[in-house]
Amino acid sequence: MPSSNSAPRNFDAARYRAFYRTMWRIRLFEEAAIRAVADKLVLGAIHPSIGQEAVAVGVCGNLAREDAMLSTHRGHGHTLAKGADSLAMMRELFGREGGTCHGKGGSMHIADFGVGMLGANGVVGANIVIAVGAAHAIKLKRENRIVCCLFGDGAINRGPFMEGLNWAGVWKLPVLFVCEDNGFAASTRTRAMTSGEGPAARARALGIPAEEIDGNDAALVDETAKRLIGEVRGGGGPRFLVTKTYRLTGHTGVDPAAYRPKEEVEAKWKDDPIARLGAALIAAGLSQADLDAERRAASAEMDGAYAAARETPWPPERRAYEDVQDAGDPRVAAF
Amino acid sequence: MAKITYADAAKRAIAEEMRADPTVWAVGEDLGRGGVFGQYKGLPEEFGPERIADAPISEACIMGAAVGAAMMGTRPIVEMRFSDFALCAIDELVNQAAKARFMFGGQAKVPLVVREPIGMWRSSAAQHSQSLESWYAHIPGLVVVCPATPADNYGLMKTAIRNDDPVVYMEHKNLWGLEGDIDDAPAAIPFGKARVARAGKDATLVAWSATVHAALEAAGELAKEGREIEVVDLRCLWPWDRETVLASVRKTGRLLIAHEAVRVGGFGAEIAAVVAEEAHGALKAPVRRVGSPRAPIAYAPPLEDLLRVTPATIARAARGLFA
Ligand SMILES: Cc1ncc(C[n+]2csc(CCOP(=O)(O)OP(=O)(O)O)c2C)c(N)n1
Ligand SMILES: [Mg+2]
Repeated sequence: MPSSNSAPRNFDAARYRAFYRTMWRIRLFEEAAIRAVADKLVLGAIHPSIGQEAVAVGVCGNLAREDAMLSTHRGHGHTLAKGADSLAMMRELFGREGGTCHGKGGSMHIADFGVGMLGANGVVGANIVIAVGAAHAIKLKRENRIVCCLFGDGAINRGPFMEGLNWAGVWKLPVLFVCEDNGFAASTRTRAMTSGEGPAARARALGIPAEEIDGNDAALVDETAKRLIGEVRGGGGPRFLVTKTYRLTGHTGVDPAAYRPKEEVEAKWKDDPIARLGAALIAAGLSQADLDAERRAASAEMDGAYAAARETPWPPERRAYEDVQDAGDPRVAAF
Repeated sequence: MAKITYADAAKRAIAEEMRADPTVWAVGEDLGRGGVFGQYKGLPEEFGPERIADAPISEACIMGAAVGAAMMGTRPIVEMRFSDFALCAIDELVNQAAKARFMFGGQAKVPLVVREPIGMWRSSAAQHSQSLESWYAHIPGLVVVCPATPADNYGLMKTAIRNDDPVVYMEHKNLWGLEGDIDDAPAAIPFGKARVARAGKDATLVAWSATVHAALEAAGELAKEGREIEVVDLRCLWPWDRETVLASVRKTGRLLIAHEAVRVGGFGAEIAAVVAEEAHGALKAPVRRVGSPRAPIAYAPPLEDLLRVTPATIARAARGLFA
């Protein structure tokens, strides 16, 4: 994709300056998370979305707090952009008290219902049918909220993708599906394992209007998401957005991604969505000092979160047995 | 005698069977790069992409297609990556693979090896840590294998591939790197033959999969206290070796079963019930079971550890047999 070096008309510099900050917050949160894995502060797998930040800010920037959002194993960016607190998220990654889920879920299960974030998911594609059900409830309750469901290009080969899209179409549900197409499903190039024209064509075949855009162009994602969300909110039924992007890191925080050539990754770094938005902001009249200030603020926030999370105590033992269910005692003489 | 890892032992068995039988093939996500745990490393190079086949993220279709391919005379090894994701293919396994032979009056055979690793794996949380072996033991038509050692992962994999019925083959994620001895000309290990991992006369301790190693440590502790614990590695949950367990209990008069899975409804309950039915008179103490609390597995290390069956928890329960 060509870099957009000149700002388009309607370029809202103040809005995109805020996006720029959020993109850095996501990037630096995830760099901190990768560091935490190396420092053995995080022992489970994390899935960075470095390189995909424009999708998170562009889509979630158009959701209201009351709107629901469902994410994937690669959900830090979506969650931050939806408004979750970075320290609570960092604590969750570190498995500490005060984490969004009391340290019980970790990176792959971050959720913050307070900001409409109904959960990351460890099972690829599982969020699609849940999102459809959330939208179904909104319709039953005659609410004006919508649901946004994000998933990867690999998820479209699971059955729940077909079942969920069909369901949303049958009931004209208020849901925006966002397929974050980063070209990979773990170590596999998704294309090689996907028949037909891909996600947008599949959505259209199920009667859902679909668009495919450059997902590394934050302003374009923003404009497109705004329009589609407006249509969904207006009662137009489900919409489907494919954002073409690239995962600049490995699949997990420790994956060296040896399955793709170095040159490919280096070339993709030239399409870094943060740098692209920065260039557009400069073209719109901001100074490098303005951009640096945003980055510094994001950096201070994430360094602070890292330091604070690491000092936060572990959850008390009772957390292991809390919120299992109302009936019965989970301990029933286990050992 | 040579050394081999748990992962490589199964791989060696697969490679040998694939060389000997052109109908054996493997299918699953990311197999082209050698599998997510490296458990197929080198096999794509030797056998090519048709026999070590990549798959889309389509667990239901991977399993279902393997059922069809098995009915048509091939022997698929199905890679499910984590037992948790195999739940996306439960209909294909439980309603289809397990029942086809019976329902169709013996016309169909479904020779399938479903590899689905189980167990806690540091901070993998509730959807990547489960041990669901007892579910499958409950399903007529399925064989259930839970190897604990490299040698067993070789010998049982050989038998699983040659077997004509669907086998749920559950390796433990924490054991991939475990090294152990293997014979220079190792043999296949038949299903339903337990292994006495440590002989003893005072109590019988039954375990499988990674818990065998915790059980052996616990037995070592008890030995220092003058108690000789016989550790029986069950190896298979179906068919399971009732004779070896009953003979051991008749000798020792005491039984403890330890497993990583949730204690409630775990396979330990079945063993305890059979011993109560068949060897009640031999028991000098109530049967005891060790298993996980009935809670999803938490992410935070200290919470995860609360749910873990350890040598210490097993030893404590074993001491209870003598109280
Ligand atoms: C049902 C299921 N199968 C397999 C996995 C293992 N897995 C985790 S992420 C992943 C790749 C997902 O690819 P994609 O949907 O494109 O998302 P991305 O990782 O690229 O963000 C796989 C196969 C899983 N979590 N769930
Ligand atoms: Mg992808």
